[in-house]
Amino acid sequence: MSNKYALKPDELKKEFEQKKPRLLKGEFGGKDWWDLPVEFRDGNWCFPAKPEVLDELHFANPRKWAATDKDWQLPAGWEKTIRDGMKDRLKRFRSFKVFMDSCVRCGACADKCHFFLGTGDPKNMPVLRAELVRSVYRNDFTGLAKILKDFSGSRTLTQDVIKEWHMYFHQCTECRRCSVFCPMGIDTAEITMMVRELLNLIGVNNNWILAPVANCNRTGNHLGIEPHTFEQNIMSLVDDIEDVTGVKVNPTFNRKGAEILFITPSGDVFADPGVYTMMGYLLLFHHIGLDYTISTYASEGGNFGMFTSNEMMKKINAKMYHEAKRLGVKWILGGECGHMWRVVHQYMNTMNGPADFLKEPVSPITGTKFTNAKTTKMVHIAEFTADLIKHGKLKLDPTRNDHLRTTFHDSCNVARGMGMFEEPRYVLNKVCNVFHEMPENTIKEQTFCCGSGSGLNAEEFMDTRMRGGFPRASAVAHVREKHKVDSLVTICAIDRASLPALMRYWNPGVTVYGLHELVGNALIMQGEKKRTEDLRENPMAGFGEGDDDE
Amino acid sequence: MKKVLKPLIAVIVLALIPWAGITYGKLDYVFAIVIPYAAAAILVLGMFFRLIDWIRRPVPFNIPTTCGQEQSLDWVKTNPLECPSNPFMAAVRVLSEVFLFRSLFRNTKAELHGGPKLVYGSHKWLWLGGLAFHWSMLVIVIRHARFFLETLPMPIGLLETFDSFLDVTVPAFYLTDALALAAITFLVLRRLSDEKMRLLSLSTDYFPLFLFGAIAVIGISMRYVTKVNVMPVKALAMTLAHFGFDAPEPIGVLFYVHLFLVCVLLAYIPFSKLVHMGGIFLSPTRNLPNNSRARRHVNPWNPDIKFRTYAEYEDEFREKMKKAGLPVEKQ
Repeated sequence: MSNKYALKPDELKKEFEQKKPRLLKGEFGGKDWWDLPVEFRDGNWCFPAKPEVLDELHFANPRKWAATDKDWQLPAGWEKTIRDGMKDRLKRFRSFKVFMDSCVRCGACADKCHFFLGTGDPKNMPVLRAELVRSVYRNDFTGLAKILKDFSGSRTLTQDVIKEWHMYFHQCTECRRCSVFCPMGIDTAEITMMVRELLNLIGVNNNWILAPVANCNRTGNHLGIEPHTFEQNIMSLVDDIEDVTGVKVNPTFNRKGAEILFITPSGDVFADPGVYTMMGYLLLFHHIGLDYTISTYASEGGNFGMFTSNEMMKKINAKMYHEAKRLGVKWILGGECGHMWRVVHQYMNTMNGPADFLKEPVSPITGTKFTNAKTTKMVHIAEFTADLIKHGKLKLDPTRNDHLRTTFHDSCNVARGMGMFEEPRYVLNKVCNVFHEMPENTIKEQTFCCGSGSGLNAEEFMDTRMRGGFPRASAVAHVREKHKVDSLVTICAIDRASLPALMRYWNPGVTVYGLHELVGNALIMQGEKKRTEDLRENPMAGFGEGDDDE
Repeated sequence: MKKVLKPLIAVIVLALIPWAGITYGKLDYVFAIVIPYAAAAILVLGMFFRLIDWIRRPVPFNIPTTCGQEQSLDWVKTNPLECPSNPFMAAVRVLSEVFLFRSLFRNTKAELHGGPKLVYGSHKWLWLGGLAFHWSMLVIVIRHARFFLETLPMPIGLLETFDSFLDVTVPAFYLTDALALAAITFLVLRRLSDEKMRLLSLSTDYFPLFLFGAIAVIGISMRYVTKVNVMPVKALAMTLAHFGFDAPEPIGVLFYVHLFLVCVLLAYIPFSKLVHMGGIFLSPTRNLPNNSRARRHVNPWNPDIKFRTYAEYEDEFREKMKKAGLPVEKQ
């Protein structure tokens, strides 16, 4: 794999070999962390948002600039903007205030961040990442610490501090792994969200986040795909399904009166390998005869507003309920996605509810009431499918996935922002025969991020992505060696977009799948032709022309 | 090293203040009555204002860190402690954090091995050291109640008996004294020995440890070595407990050093990282139940945001939608 923004895999491996077992990079010789320089170089920063994107969103300080510039052309009075912004957020979010005040720097989080493990950069220790802000907070918002400046590690807000914030709060994927280990429950994701909001106030940003936000606002999805193209793309998947299975599925679009509105991240509609997961959904819905529709307007589950500001998150999320109301559906079903589900689970109902116009979700096939989604009225597809399988409503042939030896990657947001671990595993175990867990310190609530979440999946960020994804890749390598695992199954669209690159880099030969792609493979559809290939048109083991398994 | 020496010197200077004040200034009254009341007032009012200040700030979103299976389908086994679905279990979760340091119990250590690969090992030393430090401190504080009370309540007497069951010295040796000193030593050495810890520690991390250490060492030496006269100490404690202002009888200067450092500690708590003793109860990632899809959480400042409505969307794309056969509201 060649990418000018990352070292060759062998070179990076060599670097890791040389520094073992030390996790930290460099010698610090008694230097304090605030004396360590911030160095932007190829592969460790994302391009800033283009001026026209900022104009469209009415965001601050549109200009042409790069992180490597000496002068970032910050707007006049930017210090006051940041200070006022901090003051305002300290007032509105108890989390921010408590997290600024009560860290004891015990260091339990220090070696928990994937970016620290991969880069060895001390400022990627969650505690220090937060100290980047706390040091300014102590200086500007507390009395005593200001007097005892050196003693308390407080410092003045300067452009260099802003540069440091930009670097390290865009080297945090808001995965919350550190929060699991923190005795105070301090959540770096929360601090990162606040700082990114502050940086956006002065025009310090990331194009890979803001361009999708602008697109999503206008067309409904990140890629800026207009409604007719959106529909055509799904219809081409319908054709692909017919080619592989001989079954013609019939999705409908923007149909009023459907029982269920289905929303998934647009990565499932356009990006390889997400499209195969989409084919799995379509097969499943056809199999059970679900009365559903897909909206071209609310055609994005992912919410990059979350990586921008609370207000932007709300604005983008509002479309889901708005469209559900317009179409008159009973409830909403959500596809496989990470941060979409964190937003739906923890924010949607608060921001855009109450959704009184919807009904409490009930599975039309099994009659199961989803009481855990009583007021959001939105059900996760893994819950939905697990319930179907439990009630014996699906005809499945798990041997059709015998050509895959699987492991499961918990996506951070679903794991640590929602608490869903068992449902996807239940489904996976019912649709395939070979499944091995990765080591326990790398799964479930301790799962490792793909290294590219929270809007950091940019090409130009490849070096940091491959380093940040190293802990995940290392765990996959373990099951690959031990159990010959070759398939990494996940329920997140960013994972489906980012893990293939990570696997090509660290573990060539490991392929990334969505959970419902495997469901689609295993489903015995009514009226199907003899299936010899999976949804990717790869031969299935034991189903070839020469195989006689009847 | 400045980061370590400065707080060490600060503690020594602080210890010299009462020593000089008593020896040369005859300021017994100030150190026995005035400063303790002032310190207690700062602690109580300071913590009160800190807590009020935190509680006043809204919790706009329900954001628990879910460290276990949520409550979902009936047949899926849930983990009510790590992923509480009601306020009661959330409270149990917070208390398990407060009393047992549950999250620290999970602590692991990552190491880079050949391959290259990451290897994780259980690493409970911080959990054990932290637990030993906090619990022995608590027991020591409770034990001191005997100075402030006319008759000793049974539970405190029992606690003392347990604490001194080794019965090896006269007066009986308290286990928690040794435990506290050992834990403080461990916590300081831990910060010094690990490169990561050295880098992330500030003077304000060493200062309270040195302060605790000095208080403990002086307390222990008064009990076992210099043998302070307990009667006037008890009389002073009783005076303070009854909010009296009588001047104390003469007490050894070491006692005043001990008392003064305790006063410094009390007054320091509300303004330092030691406020974590209050903050831990208010952490929204731990004290909220994970039921945000089942029950609506209300944001008091929920802003009114204008979003792009379907009508605006259709206005822009109507012709293209019609051409593609997508239903439209307006022809």
